[in-house]
Amino acid sequence: MTTTAAPLAPLAPPPARGGRRPSSPARRRRRAVDVLLGAIAIVVFVCSVFPVYWMVNTSLMPNNETRTLVPNFVPSTFTWRNYETVLSGAGRADFLPALANSATVTLLTVGVCLIFAFLAALAVTRFRFRGRRAFVLTILVVQMIPGEAMIISTYRVLDGWQLLNTIVGLTLVYVATVLPFTIWTLRGFVNGVPIELEEAAMIDGCSKSGAFWRVTFPLLAPGLVATGVFGFIQAWNEFLLALVVMSRPESMTLPVWLRTFQQATTTTNWAAIMAGSTLMAIPVIVFFLIVQGRMTSGLVSGAVKG
Amino acid sequence: MTIGQDLLRADRPDAERGGGPRGSGATRGPRRSRRGSGAAGGRAGLTPAALLVPSAAVLIVVVGYPLVTLLVMSFQEFGRAQAFGAPAPFVGFDNYVRVLTDSTFWTVLLRSLAFCAVNVAATMTLGTLIALLMQRLGRALRLLVSVGLLLAWAMPALTAVIVWGWMFDTQFGVINHLLTVLTGTDFANHSWLIDPLSFFLVATVIITWQSVPFVAFTVYAGLTQVPDEVLEAAQLDGAGPVARFRLIVFPYLKSIFLVVTVLQVIWDLRVFTQIFALQGIGGIREQTSTIGVYIYQTSLAGGEYGTGGAIAVLLVILMLAISLYYVRATLKEDES
Repeated sequence: MTTTAAPLAPLAPPPARGGRRPSSPARRRRRAVDVLLGAIAIVVFVCSVFPVYWMVNTSLMPNNETRTLVPNFVPSTFTWRNYETVLSGAGRADFLPALANSATVTLLTVGVCLIFAFLAALAVTRFRFRGRRAFVLTILVVQMIPGEAMIISTYRVLDGWQLLNTIVGLTLVYVATVLPFTIWTLRGFVNGVPIELEEAAMIDGCSKSGAFWRVTFPLLAPGLVATGVFGFIQAWNEFLLALVVMSRPESMTLPVWLRTFQQATTTTNWAAIMAGSTLMAIPVIVFFLIVQGRMTSGLVSGAVKG
Repeated sequence: MTIGQDLLRADRPDAERGGGPRGSGATRGPRRSRRGSGAAGGRAGLTPAALLVPSAAVLIVVVGYPLVTLLVMSFQEFGRAQAFGAPAPFVGFDNYVRVLTDSTFWTVLLRSLAFCAVNVAATMTLGTLIALLMQRLGRALRLLVSVGLLLAWAMPALTAVIVWGWMFDTQFGVINHLLTVLTGTDFANHSWLIDPLSFFLVATVIITWQSVPFVAFTVYAGLTQVPDEVLEAAQLDGAGPVARFRLIVFPYLKSIFLVVTVLQVIWDLRVFTQIFALQGIGGIREQTSTIGVYIYQTSLAGGEYGTGGAIAVLLVILMLAISLYYVRATLKEDES
C-alpha cells in the first residue's frame, strides 16, 4: 500500500470529517489487508530461502543425521566433517583442482570480456558509423543462439585446435558466451553518462581523452563492476560447455566436479554433496548480494529498457 | 562473417562527413586527426572499427566459425568414424529428413514447448504477483522479500537442482516429510522423479524458483516508474485494484512484459542443466529429455554428429524466430 496510499494520506482526513470517507471500518480493513500481505511476504521469503537454508543445514550435520525418518531442521550434532571430506577429495575428482580451474577460467573470462566489451560499448555509443546498427544486431542475435545447439561444433572446433581440456579453450568459449551480454549492458551504462559532461570538461581545458578518463570513466566504474560480476556469475555457474569441453578429471570446473561428485556418492552421502554445493554457491551468493542493487538496475537498464 | 563486412564499411559515413577521401587504409590517419580536432564523437587515435576489432574477432572465431561448421556438418554424413578423421560425404538434406520424420524428435520438441509454456506462464504470473506485493509492502518486509529472492536468484543452477533433488529425495527428502505433516496424506517413500509428469513438476518448481526473482525485480522496477498521480487519479475516479492494473499499470509495463516473456521463453525452451542434472538424480532419460538434452545425447553421447547438427540448426532457427520480436523491439529502442 505504501506507494499508492502514502500520497493519498493527506487527502483522506478532510472528507473523513464529513463522515463519508474512511472511518474506522475502512481503516481496519486496510490493516487486515496489510497483515495478509505481510503474511504472504513471509511465505514468499521462506519459500525462496528454504532450499539455500536446507543446503547449508544438511552440510553441517553428520551424514547419518540425514538418514532419519523425521528430517533434522537444525543439525543436532554440528560438524565440519563434510567440508573436510570434500576438500580432501574423497570423490572421484578433487575439489581443489576444480576450484583452481573455475577461478582461473572465470577471472580470465571476466577480465578479457570487460576490456573487449568496454571498447565495443564505446564504439557503439560514442560514435555514429555505418555498420553500427549491424553490429548491435549481431550482438543481439548472437545472444539468442542457444549454447545447446553449439556444443557439437564448439567441441569439434576446439578439438581441431588442440584446445579441449585446456583453460585457454574454455576461456575462449566463455568469453564468446559472456561478451554479447556484457557489451549490451555496458552500452547501457555508457549511454547513461551524458556526453555533455565530457564536453563541459573539454571547455574547461581537458583534452578529449582526458575528459573521458577523468569524467566519464569514474562514472562508469559501478557499471563495470556490476557487469563484471554478472560475467563472473555466468562463467562460474556455466555447466554445459564445461561438461563438453573439460571432460578430463584434472581439467573439470566446479559445476562438472559437483555433478561427478553427486553421481559418485548419491543416496549415500547427501551431507557431503551439500557441503560441496555450499562451497560452490558461496562465492556467487556473496558477490550477488554485494552488488545486488546495482545489478538489478543494471540488468534492467542495460537489458530491458535499453 | 557479416561482422567483418560491416567493419569494413564502418567509417565511410564519417569519411564523407569529415570531407576526407573515402576508402583505403592509407588515408585513415590524416582523416582521423582532422575529425578529432572538431567534429563531435571522434576520439583521437581510435576509430570505431578499431574499438570493435577485439569483440568482433572473438565472435567470428568462437561463434561464427563453429556456426558455419555446424551448418556444414548438418549436411554431411558425420558419425563416430568421421570424428576420428574419416572423410565426411555430403548427403544433402538427408539428416534433416531423418530428423523431421523421426517421431522421437517431434515428441521431444512438443515436450519442450509444453514444458516451456508452463514454466513461462508460472514464472510470469508469480513474478508479477510478487512485484505487486513488493510495491505494497513496507520497507522492512520489502527488504526481506528482496533478500529471499536474491538468494534464490544467486544459487547456481546446477547447485539448485542438486539441492532440490535432495529435498525431493524419495526416502529422506524434507518435502515428503512436510507434505505428510501438512496434508495428512502419507507421502513417505513417494518417488517424484520416476513418473515423467511428476519429474517435470519438480523441474518446473526448480526453474520457477530460480526465474521468478528476475521477473519480480524487473517488473517491480517498472512499477516504480508508473506515475503515482495517474494511479491516484484513477483511484479517486473509483477504479479498483484490478482495473487499475489492467488499464494503467499494464499498458505502462507492456514493453517490459513482452521483453521479459520473450527472454523467459528463450531460456526455458533451451533448458539443459536442470533437466540433465535432474535425470542424473533420478528419472527416465527417454521420457524426460528436452531439446537441449536431446541434442547432447544424439551427438556427443550417441556419436551421430550429423543428425545432432541438423537438430541444432533447427533449434537455432526456432530460437531466432522466437527472439525476432525481442531483437526488433530492442533495436528500435536503441535507435531512438
